[in-house]
Amino acid sequence: MGILLLIVLFLAATIIGYKVIGNVPSLLHTPLMSGMNALSGITVLGALVAAAVSVSTGSKIIGAIAIIVATINVVGGFAVTHRMLKMFHRKKDQ
Amino acid sequence: MTPLAFYLVSLGLVAGVVWGIHLMNKPQTAVRGNLLGALCLLGSIVLTMTYYGILDIEWLWISMAVGGVIGYIWSAWVKMIKMPQLVAVFNGFGGCASSLVAFLLLTGGRVEKGFSLITAAIALAIGALTFSGSMIAAAKLNQWITQRPIVVKKHSAITNLSLCFLGVLLVMIVIAGDPGRNLLTALIAATSLFIGLFFTLRVGGADMPITISLLNSFSGVAGAIAGMAIRDPLLVAVGGVVGASGLLLTQVMCRAMNRNVFDVLSGRTAVQSERKPAVIESRADESVPAEAAAADETEHEKEESAESAFRDARRVVIVPGYGMALSQAQHLVKKLADRLEELGKDVKYAIHPVAGRMPGHMNVLLAEADVPYEQLCEMDDINPHFKETDVVLVVGANDVVNPSAITAKGTPIYGMPILQVDEARRVVICNWDDKPGYSGVDNPLYRKKHVTLMLGDAAESLSKIISCLED
Repeated sequence: MGILLLIVLFLAATIIGYKVIGNVPSLLHTPLMSGMNALSGITVLGALVAAAVSVSTGSKIIGAIAIIVATINVVGGFAVTHRMLKMFHRKKDQ
Repeated sequence: MTPLAFYLVSLGLVAGVVWGIHLMNKPQTAVRGNLLGALCLLGSIVLTMTYYGILDIEWLWISMAVGGVIGYIWSAWVKMIKMPQLVAVFNGFGGCASSLVAFLLLTGGRVEKGFSLITAAIALAIGALTFSGSMIAAAKLNQWITQRPIVVKKHSAITNLSLCFLGVLLVMIVIAGDPGRNLLTALIAATSLFIGLFFTLRVGGADMPITISLLNSFSGVAGAIAGMAIRDPLLVAVGGVVGASGLLLTQVMCRAMNRNVFDVLSGRTAVQSERKPAVIESRADESVPAEAAAADETEHEKEESAESAFRDARRVVIVPGYGMALSQAQHLVKKLADRLEELGKDVKYAIHPVAGRMPGHMNVLLAEADVPYEQLCEMDDINPHFKETDVVLVVGANDVVNPSAITAKGTPIYGMPILQVDEARRVVICNWDDKPGYSGVDNPLYRKKHVTLMLGDAAESLSKIISCLED
């Protein structure tokens, strides 16, 4: 993908993200943050690609570590967000 | 898979992620939004592995399984009270992964020159400083190291110098050829780790909401820039969204604390040495009558006066703060609220945006204690109603209810939006002590006539009130 296109994509995502996230009430800011946190683990994609093409044992180990920490971030982040969100309920749901 | 198909499916997945976030604007749909986000991320992994033809490399799957199991167990076992630390740690992991990816790209000889090289180097730097900064933040939140700012001599000078050094290294890695690249990569990583650590050490406990939000933003940006280095549109877009989210939360927190993000980062905490004398002086002047007044009323009388205040009240508003989290009093707060509702009172909660140690911290704690979320009111919604409120119960909050923010020009909190509990007919405060809060500004509320101050562990004070009301 072209450099310019990547930069445009980055800016577009930032602006759209900013707009959408602005509508989230402060009530849900902690789950929002941990959800975003989980999303930042998307770097696992980079880790997978970089690890797959690594040749030496050393870089394979670094690649594996990168994948592991990124997946902890993703799975842990989404799971804990789910746990938190399930606690929010209305009176009549009790 | 053709590149076009890859890009189109990627675009669909990004749209899914954004839609998931959109669903988070209401508690009813938020669970679905989170699941949608998780699904899109799973889809992204499968898509990327298919596109690069690496689906059949076993150890990649094994690594993911290991990380997945650790992450799941961790998230299932963690206590809600430890949530700020957990978010900080996970943040750090995201940054760590991005920097490792960049490290592999730089040392594996797969980025030659230009755009990929510079983006990989920047991703390495941001990822590394996010990692070390988040770990320090987590250690502070977990009280492994003091929550007070740790400042060494010439802190600012050292920080600025290392930032300049990092800049020089980034320029050098671009102009220098292959020889020395590994050394430069290592130096960039080391310098960035140091900067993250050094910056965060100087941040105080109450500035953590801002710091965590900012680090959250950085972890997203690190991912996005690593994505630019490997030209992966998914990584770039989702990283950008996370970066935006962190930035927005940082702004919200700064506004609510009347702080500037640069002040926080440069360690200009509210408790500055030059301001201290003024604060101490004013305490010396006024604390005598406060103590005298406190002596007039015995503990028992206070309990009785708090009890009668609650019995006579129709509208009650509860204001929680970090002290409630510290004394784990959220369940007692809920118990008291239940009792008050049984007695026919109207109970609401007023949540200041920076109460606690991370954005939305109080809401999560109270939700854990089974408080229905429609009772949780945001600052701007509840402030006009304090005049009609009979009793305000403050549990472990200080600066966010300090009227000095409105009246005392020149104090560090002047101009900070507060919960105007002062306007209620009666105020009952369950705080640990009557010392100034994090801002170092004395709280004149404590000395007002309509205020009952119950010092000590909030959980104990609440239990006393509850038992009085149960008879």
